Amino acid sequence: MSTRLSTGGSLLNRGKAIEFTFNGKRLKGFEGDTLASALLANDQMLVGRSFKYHRPRGIVASGAEEPNALVNLGEGGKFEPNQRATTTELFHGLAATSQNHWPSLEFDIGALNSFASRFMPAGFYYKTFLFPRFAWKHLFEPFIRQAAGLGKAPKERDADTYEHFYAFYDVVVIGGGVAGLQAAKVAAKGGAKVLLIEQDASWGGRAVIDGGEIDGKSAEDFVAETLNELKANENVTLRTRMMGAGVYDHGYVLGYERVADHAPNQNGPRHRLWRIRAGQIVTATGAIERPLSFAGNDIPGVMLASAVRDYVNGYGVSIGDRTVVVTNNDDAYRTAIALKNAGLEVPAIIDARPAGGGALMEEAKALGIRVETGKGIAKVKGGKRVTGVAICAQAGEGSVLEEIKCDAVAMSGGWSPVVHLWSHCGGKLNWDEVQNHFAPDAARGPTNQDGDVFVIPAGAANGPISLGDVLADATEAGKQAAKMVGKPAKSVKAPKVESVDEAAMEPVWLMPQGASAKLRAKSWLDYQNDVKVSDVRLAAQEGYESVEHTKRYTTLGMATDQGKLSNINGLATLAGQLNAPIPAVGTTTFRPPYTPISMGSIGGEARGEIFQPIRRTPIHDWHEEQNAFFEPVGQWRRPYCFPKAGESHADAVKREINQTRNSLGMLDASTLGKLVVKGPDAGKFLDMLYTNMMSTLKVGKCRYGLMCNENGFLIDDGVVARIDEETFLCHTTTGGAERIHGWMEDWLQCEWWDWNVYVANVTEQLAQIAVVGPNARKVLEKLGGMDVSAEALPFMEWRDGKIGDFDARAYRISFSGELSYEIAVPASQGRAFWDALLAAGEEFGVMPYGTEALHVMRAEKGFIMIGDETDGTVIPQDLNMQWAISKKKEDFLGKRAQERAHMASGDRWKLVGLETLDGSVIPDGAYIPSSGDNANGQRNVQGRVTSTYYSPTLDRGIAMALVHKGPDRMGEVLDIPKLDGTSVKARIVDQVFFDKDGEKQNV
Amino acid sequence: MSNLVSALNGVKAKGFAEVSELGLSGMITLRGDLASKEMAKAIKDATGAKVPATRKVSFGDNGSVAWMSPDELLVLVDYAATGEAKAALEAALAGQHFLAEVVSDARAHFRINGDAAHEALSKVMPVDFSAFEAGDFRRSRLSQVAAAVWKTENGDFELVCFRSVAQYVFDVLKTAAAEGSRVSV
Repeated sequence: MSTRLSTGGSLLNRGKAIEFTFNGKRLKGFEGDTLASALLANDQMLVGRSFKYHRPRGIVASGAEEPNALVNLGEGGKFEPNQRATTTELFHGLAATSQNHWPSLEFDIGALNSFASRFMPAGFYYKTFLFPRFAWKHLFEPFIRQAAGLGKAPKERDADTYEHFYAFYDVVVIGGGVAGLQAAKVAAKGGAKVLLIEQDASWGGRAVIDGGEIDGKSAEDFVAETLNELKANENVTLRTRMMGAGVYDHGYVLGYERVADHAPNQNGPRHRLWRIRAGQIVTATGAIERPLSFAGNDIPGVMLASAVRDYVNGYGVSIGDRTVVVTNNDDAYRTAIALKNAGLEVPAIIDARPAGGGALMEEAKALGIRVETGKGIAKVKGGKRVTGVAICAQAGEGSVLEEIKCDAVAMSGGWSPVVHLWSHCGGKLNWDEVQNHFAPDAARGPTNQDGDVFVIPAGAANGPISLGDVLADATEAGKQAAKMVGKPAKSVKAPKVESVDEAAMEPVWLMPQGASAKLRAKSWLDYQNDVKVSDVRLAAQEGYESVEHTKRYTTLGMATDQGKLSNINGLATLAGQLNAPIPAVGTTTFRPPYTPISMGSIGGEARGEIFQPIRRTPIHDWHEEQNAFFEPVGQWRRPYCFPKAGESHADAVKREINQTRNSLGMLDASTLGKLVVKGPDAGKFLDMLYTNMMSTLKVGKCRYGLMCNENGFLIDDGVVARIDEETFLCHTTTGGAERIHGWMEDWLQCEWWDWNVYVANVTEQLAQIAVVGPNARKVLEKLGGMDVSAEALPFMEWRDGKIGDFDARAYRISFSGELSYEIAVPASQGRAFWDALLAAGEEFGVMPYGTEALHVMRAEKGFIMIGDETDGTVIPQDLNMQWAISKKKEDFLGKRAQERAHMASGDRWKLVGLETLDGSVIPDGAYIPSSGDNANGQRNVQGRVTSTYYSPTLDRGIAMALVHKGPDRMGEVLDIPKLDGTSVKARIVDQVFFDKDGEKQNV
Repeated sequence: MSNLVSALNGVKAKGFAEVSELGLSGMITLRGDLASKEMAKAIKDATGAKVPATRKVSFGDNGSVAWMSPDELLVLVDYAATGEAKAALEAALAGQHFLAEVVSDARAHFRINGDAAHEALSKVMPVDFSAFEAGDFRRSRLSQVAAAVWKTENGDFELVCFRSVAQYVFDVLKTAAAEGSRVSV
C-alpha cells in the first residue's frame, strides 16, 4: 500500500484539497501535489504498461527523469498524451487516463508478450521482419502500426494558445536549486543582467528535501533569503515552471515556460517558448539518481531512493509500510533515515559495498536499522506490486541467502550529473573514476563566436555531490559568469556547510555481479522500451561495439524519457561486455530538448488566421465581397475567377474572356513587381540585366524585356518604362518582385559597387488596374482627364496625369492582345479608382476577370508565362525570342552561357503551338513521347506541353509545347498520351493562335 | 479626399497594450550618401531633423527620419506634406547621386502603446526592447514579415510594415497583446 501520512509534506498545502480523476475514478489530493504524488497517496502505484512486453509499470522517480508514469491528460481540445505524472502539478478537475493497455490497466492482453519475451530479444524486429518478403506488407507492418506509440493522438483541434518571447540577458542560470540560486546571486552582484529559471513550481531543489545546514541556517531558510535578495535586485528575473530546453550556438537558449499547465482555465497562453540570447549560460541542472540492475527491478514498488525520500518529505506520502533500501553509496541511507523518522519500517539496508558506508550508516544503525554489507538483491518478488526481496551476496551469482518481506524497494546506483545542456552545443565530458559518472570537462566546453566557452556548469551538474562542494562550485561559476560578460567579479565567499563524512561509492552495474542469464533477462535498464541487461549483452555479442549502434539495435534510451535513467547503466553494461573502459565506449549524443516540449509552443502564435501572412491588394476586400475564387501566387491571394451563383469556374472564365474580348474587362494587376532603378549608370545597369537594350529607350516609352541568370536561363520578364533620363521603372512578374529586387541589389552591392545606381521596390505603393477590351478607351475618356487617344498615348508608351480625380500613370501595354491600358494609382486610391471604373464601365457590361482568363488570353496570343514556358532550364532562344536579345551589346547576364555549344545548337526543344485535330484540350503537363526506349528502358521523349487551355475565343483546345526542333516541324501531327491511357493527335502550328497582326491592340 | 483609404482604415485593438493603425502617413525612401553635407541640408529642409545615427530615428518639427541602412533613410512626414518634402529633398540634393521615392501608400503605420507595449512586441520581434530607448530604431522581422519599429519621444512604439500584410501584422500584434498574456518581466 502506498498512502498519505498524517503529517509531513513540505511542498503541500494540506488546507486545500483538490479533486481529480484517474481512469474515471474520483480521487483527492492536496495543493502542491504532483499527479504522481497524488496517485501514490491514493495507492495508485500501477500507472501504465511498458511498450514492448506490456509489463505493469509503477512510478519510479519524482521528476523529469520518470520513464513510466506517462498518462493521457485532459479531454477534448485539451487532450494530450504522454504527459509525465511526476512533473504534472495537480489541479482541480484534472482528468488522467493510463496508456498502452487493452482492455484495462489491471488486465492487459498485451502482457502475453511478456511470456514470449525470451523469443523477442534485442534486434528481434530487424531479424524477423526481413523474411518472408510478402509478410512485411500483410502481417508485420499492420502489427507494428497497431503497436506504435504509447498515448493516443488527439482528435480535436488544440483549444489552447501558445506564444514565443524573445529575451536578452548577460547571464542565464538554468536550475533553481541551491547551486542555481547561489550562482545567480554571485553573477548578479557585479551588475550583470541575470535570468534564473527553474523547471518546477518551487525553488531549492533537493536541498530543501534533504536538509542540511548552510551558513548556520536550514537549507529552507537559505533558499528563502537568497530568493529575497535576488527579488530585490532589479537586474534579476526569476521564473519558475520554466525549463531550459536547449542550448544552441552563439549563446542561444530555449526556455520552455509552462504558463498554465497547472491552471488550465486561466486566460492567456498555455506554454511560452522563450528564445533567449545569453552572454553566458550557467547550467545548475543538478544530478539524476541511477537505478540498480537486479532481477525484477521493474516491478511496481521499486523506486529510486531519492524519489522515495521526495514523496515522504515533500508530499507526506509513503510508498509502503516496509521499504528495503538497496544501494552502492551513502546517499540512500538518507532515505532509510527519513522513512524511519516518519515512523515507517525499514527491514534492511542492502549495501553492495563490503565495507558499507560512513557516518550516515552509523546514524541508520543507531536508529535500529539492520544494515547488510556486501549483499545485493537476487530478485524482487511480486507481480503488479513488490511483495518481498531475495537477498544474495553481491560477489556471487545469485544464490538466495534470505527472503525479506516488504512492499517497496528504494534503490540507488549513484548519481549522474545532468550534463545535457552542457553537451547540446558540443561540451565534452570526462569520466570521474571516484564518483563513477560523466562530468563536464571545463577545458572542452562549447565555444562562442570568439572561441570562448559560453556554458558554465555549476553544482551537482558539474560533478560535486556534497552540499558544501556544490555551493563552492556554484559560487565560482557565478564569479566566472560575471567575469566573462565583463562585469566586475566581487569577492564572494562560498557559504559554509558542515561536511558529512561519506564513504566512497562503488560501481555496481549488475546485481549480483555474476547474475545468471535468467536473472539478467529480468534486470531492466530501460523501463519504457523494455531493454534489459541481457539485450545489451546480446547486442555486444552480435558485434555492436558503438554505443550509438547498440542504442538503435536495442532501443535503449530511445523512449520519450530519452534514457535519463538507462543511459549510463546501459553503456556501462556494454563496456563490461566489450571489456573496454567506460569512457572508451562513451555516451550517446545529448540533443535538445531536455524533455519533450509541446508542438504548440514551437508553432507559437502561428495558427489559424495568422498561420502565415496573406498579402492583400488594395482591392482584395472587393474580391472577397464578390466571392472570388482565389489562388495563391506567392503569399498573395489572387482571384482565379469571379464565379456567379451556380456558375462553374470554367463557365466563369469563359464569360470573363468573352466579355473582355467583345467589350470591356478589368484586372487587378497590383501584385506585379515595380522596381525603380535610378542613377547615372541606370541604363548601363539595365543593359547588363536584360537581354535586350534598355539604355536606348526614350523617356515616355515602354519596352518588354527578358532577364536571364548567369547560366543563360530565363528568370523573369516584364515591361520597362523610362521615367526620366536617370530613372527607369521595371515591372517584374508577381512572384519575381522580391527576388529580382534582391538580384539587383546583389549585383550592385557585390559586383558593380562602383556604379551609381539605386533601386527601390515600390510594388505596394501603387494599385495597378488593367482596363482591357474594345471599349477600354471609351471608359477612360468617360472618367475624363488625360488624353488617352491613339495619337496622344500610342502603344508601348506611358503618360502621367489625372484620370477622373485620380493621380494616374497610364501605360498603353497589352498582355491580352486587346486595346489595353494599365493604370497605376497610389494604393490608397486603388479601391476608389476600381469602383469608379466599375461604375463608368457599367454601360459596357464591364466585368472583372481573374488570373485564369489572363492566362488563357495570353496563350491565345502566344505570349509566354514565366513558370509555364520556363522552368529554369529554358533560354530565350528556346522560346524563339531572338528578337529580344541584343546583338549589339558587348555583354549581359547570360550572354556567355547562351553562346556555349549546347545552348547555341539548334538541337533543342523549342516552343511551338499545338492544335488538337478533334478540338479537345490536351491534359496539363503532358509529355510527348517518341518511338523507342532510352538506355534506362524508359520511353524516349521529344517534348512537353507547357500551357494548355480551352480557348473560348476560338472554341477549341489550344496549347503551347517545347518540342524537339519544333519550329522546323510545322504541320507534323504528334500523338500525346492522355491520363485515361488513350492519346490525342495534335498538329504543330504557330504559337500565336489569335490576331497574329495585332490589329486589335493597335487601335 | 474621400478616395483615400489607408490599409486598415484606422482600426484599433486593446489588450494589455493598445494597437492602432494610424491611417495615412507620408513616407519617402531616400537613398544617397548619408555623410554628405547636402544630405544633412536636405533632411533639415524637409523635416527639421538631423541625419540619424545607425539604428536611430531623429525627430524634427516637420517630421522624423529613420536609419534604414548605410545608404538609406526613411523620411516620415504628414501625408499631405509628402510632395512638399520630396521637393525639398530633391532641391537640396540636386546634382548628387540619390533616389527619393514616395512610399507612403506602400506601407501601413501602427502605434503600440501602454506600459507593457514592449512585451507584446518582444513576443513577435527578435529585438531587445528592454534596452530600447526613445529614438531607437530597428529594421527587423515581425513574426513572418519585415517590419521596422521605433520608440517615440513620449515612449510609444511606432511600427511600419508593407501595406499588403497590414491585416496580418495587426492580427499578430493583437494576439501578442491579448489580455491575460502579459509576461511581466
